[in-house]
Amino acid sequence: MRIPPGEYFLQGNDACVEGALASGVRFFAGYPITPSTEIAEGLAQRLKGKDGVFLQMEDEIACISAVIGASWGGAKAMTATSGPGFSLMQEAIGYAAMSETPVVIVNVMRGGPSTGQPTKASQGDVMQTKWGSHGDYQVIAFAPASVQEMFDLTVECFNYSEKYRVPAFLLSDAEIGHMRGLLRIPEKLKIIDRKEMGIRRTDEAYDVPDDLVKPFPVFGKGHKAIITGMTHTENGRIEPEDSKVHSDLVTRLNEKVLRNRKDINQWEMIGEGSKTMIISYGSSALGPKEVATTDPNVGLLRLKSIWPLPEEPIAQAAKGAQRILVCEMNLGQLYFSIKRVAHDAGCKQVELLSKLGGEPPTPSEVRHKIRSMGAI
Amino acid sequence: MDIFEFYRKDRWPHVFCPGCGNGTVMNCFFRAFNEAGLSLDNTVFVGGIGCSSRVPLYINSDALHTTHGRAIAFATGLKLAKPGLKVVVFTGDGDLGAIGGNHFINGCRRNVDMTVICINNNIYGMTGGQASITTPHDFLSTTTPYGNKEYPFDLAEIAVAAGANYVARWTTRQVHELTKSMKSALQKKGFTLVEVVSQCPTNFGRRNKMADPAQMLDWFKANTVRRDKTKNAELDHADLNLAGQITVGEFVDRNRECFEELIGVEKHG
Repeated sequence: MRIPPGEYFLQGNDACVEGALASGVRFFAGYPITPSTEIAEGLAQRLKGKDGVFLQMEDEIACISAVIGASWGGAKAMTATSGPGFSLMQEAIGYAAMSETPVVIVNVMRGGPSTGQPTKASQGDVMQTKWGSHGDYQVIAFAPASVQEMFDLTVECFNYSEKYRVPAFLLSDAEIGHMRGLLRIPEKLKIIDRKEMGIRRTDEAYDVPDDLVKPFPVFGKGHKAIITGMTHTENGRIEPEDSKVHSDLVTRLNEKVLRNRKDINQWEMIGEGSKTMIISYGSSALGPKEVATTDPNVGLLRLKSIWPLPEEPIAQAAKGAQRILVCEMNLGQLYFSIKRVAHDAGCKQVELLSKLGGEPPTPSEVRHKIRSMGAI
Repeated sequence: MDIFEFYRKDRWPHVFCPGCGNGTVMNCFFRAFNEAGLSLDNTVFVGGIGCSSRVPLYINSDALHTTHGRAIAFATGLKLAKPGLKVVVFTGDGDLGAIGGNHFINGCRRNVDMTVICINNNIYGMTGGQASITTPHDFLSTTTPYGNKEYPFDLAEIAVAAGANYVARWTTRQVHELTKSMKSALQKKGFTLVEVVSQCPTNFGRRNKMADPAQMLDWFKANTVRRDKTKNAELDHADLNLAGQITVGEFVDRNRECFEELIGVEKHG
């Protein structure tokens, strides 16, 4: 049951719980892991009886598997985890991509590799989100930078995963997950439900921009659907040896996300056209935002969605900029992708401010770095 | 229901080798399903990876062919999201007991209403005959060329200890008993397991002097001990499955409350 519209003072992870409930989540399976556990605890309280099912399972592999199973039962389903659990989920994430199952996976990132820094923030899983499972596939990922966005972007994760039948990720981190702040829950929310086979309705999901997203056959409605992670034709026939079937399928799975990049991508631009632009996302964009809002010579592109890569806004920020600084809490992950797009758009000086150890870059660290790059 | 309505004729030819026990299991399952009066429209079949896990793809109903070892976890989510569905899992010894062992024991413990049919052929058949967790001691496989030095798992006993509501084991030789147990499992509420010791002449028998499927069935017959006829508890547990004896029969039949009842999700399906 969702809480009424209004203003609340909440922790980021709790805002994620409210976002999931507002989106109509009906199934959650989780396994305790710092710093995401509050999401499981919150949903354990709220998903009971007629409101839905909360399940604590034996490991993260079971969680993501049960979430995919629940989605085929027609429920909006979600799990939440952090680095080590996220690594365990990778095979099933590839299965969700191949079988086109809408699922939402929240990753409250912590320092890795391995057990690393359980209570500290990082952005070390950005590339794993895109490339973690084997084979070619696309995902949708959002990176919240405030308590409000933990709510808003959880809603967007559900919306886009339902609309495009792909796994969607909320890439938060320990900093945002445990941050307390103001949450405004609006009266009206845009909620998208999956395009169900055999049903005609006039709402957004039924109005997908092209025919790359197939209608979803919910189990138990006589569709006799065959859902498999093997190479299959449109009617579920397994054809692992047919090269055309495979290439058509994998191309379509990638195209349905890439072609609709403009529909999916979200960002915030401050001081567009500045000679010095900072590109960042999530909690590492907080320091740069303070610099950009106080210094008229510095601009900021804050990416709210990071996969598929928002190439258009990055190129727009790079056009006319003399230098770009990318801020990340890793040793450079999205940096190389941003550098490629920025180079193509004509900006040749693209540098990285990388911050490891668990705390986001401070405004003074950002100023120091852009000064060393020749700005200010 | 006619057997050709039950199976997807358009998906033939199937992948199973000549002499494979899967055909026997499928035939018995069809009879049990029919006798239990269940409807295909309301049943979902879930499989993992392996020869046995291909069975759901041949049944004329919704099928979820999942990742290796995780079929029970997928089935758990599906059943809880839509409690009105009947959920049946087809799995094998490697899928259920090795890579999926954790989901297996926790599935029995959680006792979500589902029927698991485990076709135990004592080998990894699809990948060409590697030793599995139920390959008998000292038997040969491509990964145990000097004989299997490990001892096998007893899947049925594990299920009993972990809390399943109904557990039975038969071989493909005892088709009537097998059909009856499948029917009981389908009609029982909660987590139910029917383990079928089945022949894989291609990849198990061939390397163990039983290349002819009939030889394997004779071997089953000669080594089967009925649990209900062995009054001696020691015999019931004498060594593990297939190491000298195959203990068959109903292992447990009880009525622990299933998970859906306990969390009260059923009435909201």
